[in-house]
Amino acid sequence: MDTSLSQRCLDIRCDCLKAIGHLGVGHIGGSLSVVELLTVLYFEAMNIDPSRPKMPGRDRFICSKGHAGPAVYAALANRGYFPKELLLTLNQGGTSLPSHCDMNRTPGIDMTTGSLGQGFSCAVGAALGSKLEGDGAMIYTLIGDGESQEGQVWEAAMFAAAKKLDHLIAFTDYNKLQIDDTVAKVNDIAPLDEKWRAFGWNVINVEDGNDLLQVSQAVAQAKGFIGSGKPTMVILNTVKGFGVPEIIAMGTGNHNCPFSEQQADDAIRALREAFAAEAAKGKEA
Amino acid sequence: MEMRAAYAQCLAQMMEADRHVVVLDADLSKASGTRGLYERFPEQMFDCGIAEQNMASIAAGLASYGFTPWIESFTPFATRRICDQIAISIAYAGMNVKIVGTDPGISAELNGGTHMSMEDIGVLRSIPGMVIVEPVDEVQLRAAMPVLQAYKGPAYLRLFRKETEKVFPDDYRFELFKADLLREGRDLSIFVSGLPSADTLRAADMLAKEGILAEVINVHTIKPIDRESVIASARKTEHVLTVENHNVIGGLHSAVLEALAAERIPVCALGIPDRFGEVGKLPYLKEVMGLTTENIVRKAREALK
Repeated sequence: MDTSLSQRCLDIRCDCLKAIGHLGVGHIGGSLSVVELLTVLYFEAMNIDPSRPKMPGRDRFICSKGHAGPAVYAALANRGYFPKELLLTLNQGGTSLPSHCDMNRTPGIDMTTGSLGQGFSCAVGAALGSKLEGDGAMIYTLIGDGESQEGQVWEAAMFAAAKKLDHLIAFTDYNKLQIDDTVAKVNDIAPLDEKWRAFGWNVINVEDGNDLLQVSQAVAQAKGFIGSGKPTMVILNTVKGFGVPEIIAMGTGNHNCPFSEQQADDAIRALREAFAAEAAKGKEA
Repeated sequence: MEMRAAYAQCLAQMMEADRHVVVLDADLSKASGTRGLYERFPEQMFDCGIAEQNMASIAAGLASYGFTPWIESFTPFATRRICDQIAISIAYAGMNVKIVGTDPGISAELNGGTHMSMEDIGVLRSIPGMVIVEPVDEVQLRAAMPVLQAYKGPAYLRLFRKETEKVFPDDYRFELFKADLLREGRDLSIFVSGLPSADTLRAADMLAKEGILAEVINVHTIKPIDRESVIASARKTEHVLTVENHNVIGGLHSAVLEALAAERIPVCALGIPDRFGEVGKLPYLKEVMGLTTENIVRKAREALK
């Protein structure tokens, strides 16, 4: 794996923290849990051109769990879609970076999402569109584990398999937490892999969805399923709030919570120090 | 010809001309009259099965890819059941999707109360950017469909699907956002949409025999309503009646009231009297809901008091 990928991942996580910290509140837990995935997609997997966000035939990423907007924006800024300074306007009145993803406001956002379950169907619609156009694009989409309680997700799952949309790669951010409690206690979705298999999908289970290498390998494997006649679900076992121990410790409370500029600075410093220490260790070895 | 047959012919012409025109069903293509198009347009017709939410958002995804999807189902399932998908996936995202609801209001007849939407216009009218069109007859439908296809943005076609009485002449030209004057009058303005239009014209004939000259205006586009025509006619006659196959709350009556809010002109309503539907054939349902020619005449007299 490209070593600069882990540097990118660090930068995206830090920029996401900075943006939420600047505002003082935000959907921090479910943003931090998907940073590894976004890094792999935007810096390794996707055929995109930041200077032409609407490029025909481009690969698309539809973040159905639209509340992960802050992480997606950090990834887009790092990829060069817009200047990083813009990240500090997150959720301010008149911003082009609203809490939930909006294709009409943000360069690089391929679909407006936020009402859970819908973005996933939209991604299936885009995959059908791509198939009809024969443009060879890959359609990537991300749903939450709590979001998987929406019936619409399973309507779309059935349709995608029936239409053999094998250029559709979906991810579940399986961080096991939702707003009211753990997913298991609120309305358990397990066994998730068996459900997707039963719906006619290829399933890849990633033991650690916050491990860049594992995510990268899973995406490569999923791409290998083109031609299988089945869409692919990659289940990412993640940690909500990954990278910031005090956020992880909040548990279900970290879905949307206050986060100060000072907390952001401290978290960023800790992350960068740990990264430097790890890099030094790597060199010694 | 049944309205649905004319509708299917228009769709076929549009699909023939542009491969980006696609049609999505939720297991009601037979009812919508489009089943026969599947064989002819296999790359443009998609049955999503009984999953309307998914159909609406799939349409949005296709629209994001440059397609113009027409999604169709019975009126209640095409609107109130998927209100959030229409609001967010389609309207909020600014997607160019046409929503077709068939069997509006009492025209669901033998399917009964569960399949009757008296509130679909009200539901969609409060979603920003939604255009709402209800054609009266085959001529108006055929004229309206290419205009809706050319219009870039979300639109709702409220489609009576069986045979209708002819109201518009063959050389009729449809203008989106512009109401049609059906009968010029002096004493009373009757604004009508959809199904009761023919009965309203008959009512105007009966009123004329009493010396009451009713102006009849067909408001085919309920949102955005043609304020200019509504206000001009109301100012002329100073008495207004609205007639519609929809709850008197939220539909044409409300739209006319809003247009006339500053006019100090009384506006009487004839429509579904804020109640659910029930099973029955059209003549029975017209009787029950008060949508008969005789009742339109009676209401018109009341409006003049």
